[in-house]
Amino acid sequence: MKLHRIVALITRHLYLYKRSLARLMEIFYWPFLDLVVWGFITVYLMRFQGQMPGAVTFFLGALILWDVLFRAQQGITISFLEEIWARNLMNLFASPLKPSEFLAATMAMSVFKVMAVSIVMVVAALVFYSYNVFIIGLWLIPFVLNLIVSGWTIGVLTTSLIMRFGQEAEVLAWGMVFLFQPISCVFYPIEVLPNWLQAIAWANPAAHVFEGMRIVLNSATLPLMHLGWAVGLNLLYLTLMIGWFHHTFSVCKERGLLVRVGE
Amino acid sequence: MSLPIVEVQGLIKRFGDFTAVDGISFEIRPGEIVGLLGPNGAGKTTTIQMLLGMITPTAGSIRMFGLDLAKHRETILSQVNFSSTYISMPYSLTVEENLRVVAKLYGLTDIPRRIDEVVKKLEMEESRGKLTRKLSSGQMTRLTLAKAILTDPKVLFLDEPTASLDPDIAHKIRHLLKDVRRSAGLSVLYTSHNMREMEEMSDRIIFLQRGKIVAQGTAQEITTRFGQSDLEEVFLKLAREK
Repeated sequence: MKLHRIVALITRHLYLYKRSLARLMEIFYWPFLDLVVWGFITVYLMRFQGQMPGAVTFFLGALILWDVLFRAQQGITISFLEEIWARNLMNLFASPLKPSEFLAATMAMSVFKVMAVSIVMVVAALVFYSYNVFIIGLWLIPFVLNLIVSGWTIGVLTTSLIMRFGQEAEVLAWGMVFLFQPISCVFYPIEVLPNWLQAIAWANPAAHVFEGMRIVLNSATLPLMHLGWAVGLNLLYLTLMIGWFHHTFSVCKERGLLVRVGE
Repeated sequence: MSLPIVEVQGLIKRFGDFTAVDGISFEIRPGEIVGLLGPNGAGKTTTIQMLLGMITPTAGSIRMFGLDLAKHRETILSQVNFSSTYISMPYSLTVEENLRVVAKLYGLTDIPRRIDEVVKKLEMEESRGKLTRKLSSGQMTRLTLAKAILTDPKVLFLDEPTASLDPDIAHKIRHLLKDVRRSAGLSVLYTSHNMREMEEMSDRIIFLQRGKIVAQGTAQEITTRFGQSDLEEVFLKLAREK
């Protein structure tokens, strides 16, 4: 892997954000609105604190962490879509750039997005609702890292599908992640799911992260088992997805799809 | 005689039942400009895309600088570049930003000087700070050519590079390419539907039809062989043959 090629791609995307209001809205406007709407719902739910202890912590914390996963996925998929929209894929892949370097650059972009969005949401939650996400404590760090990796996995999966099936699959860039939301148990504990769905949810690393977050907030005990599962599953899925991305890339070159994607 | 810089042997590309390129073999020597001529669907663009590693051949081999493209993609592509009417560059970046990204991608040093040189050569000083989306089609073609020569390639693949240029700029581009060829020993594989341009530019012409090479040689040799007065007549004769 050559760092200068990864830096070149990151530079190309940062230039885009420099003067694009629509792209900046993706970082500042939508996450902020999300937080405002959910914040007011949470304020309303606080009236029932007796029945729902820790509602604010659960909902706002979960919302901020869900956005970490969502933006990590978007960072990868939207970066690929940007190249399709700009008809720039051939400029990239007919250069010495390797697919792995391309993925590394999109992952770096997703970290950049996650950081920017998180700052907006953390500050807004503090200013508007006096909510401090850091009450989760140091556990926040492994939770966030795991959610970023989960986002990458879904991002690489979505990117591979768009590369393989072209423009018709573009909608997946925004929709795919929500397929995983019910089984990530973002806003409710895993026990509310039917048994058969619980079994599927336990195979989802994000479910372990959110379950772990609830354990920390409820009992201040250490969710080491959940963290272990999240790390293990994330590593397994990301490795599989990167392998699948490379396979799809080869298939697309074989079938001449790489030069036609986006047409 | 110098060793070929590009060697294509028995290249075949099939998409299902359709054979786009059917067992072609050719070579390009250092400093040579080779024209790839043929009607639409003859396999010119597919050939160039295989040479750029964007499409995997069904059979045959591509060697550049003595190396197999399938095994030494990174080394080969760092010394190759291309320009095509069918590609674009990111619209939301300025001309200069786009060139800077390309320069970084290829690991160039002294990037500002290289960009200055190329922008000057292609007479793009005025559009240097312009957003790419605001370029005319002629300026866009010049930008893709600028990105192609920016990296000092040893081999250049040009797919209809002057298609949307006015005659004055097209003439200047042809001279620029000849200059670069002379000074840097650049080898070029070139497609165009402009027969006069083909005759003027190419040391040798490869005529493709339905994925096969049907004629190869200088413009003079090809017109003589087919008993026609010029290359356009040969093109029409071959393109209309069943």
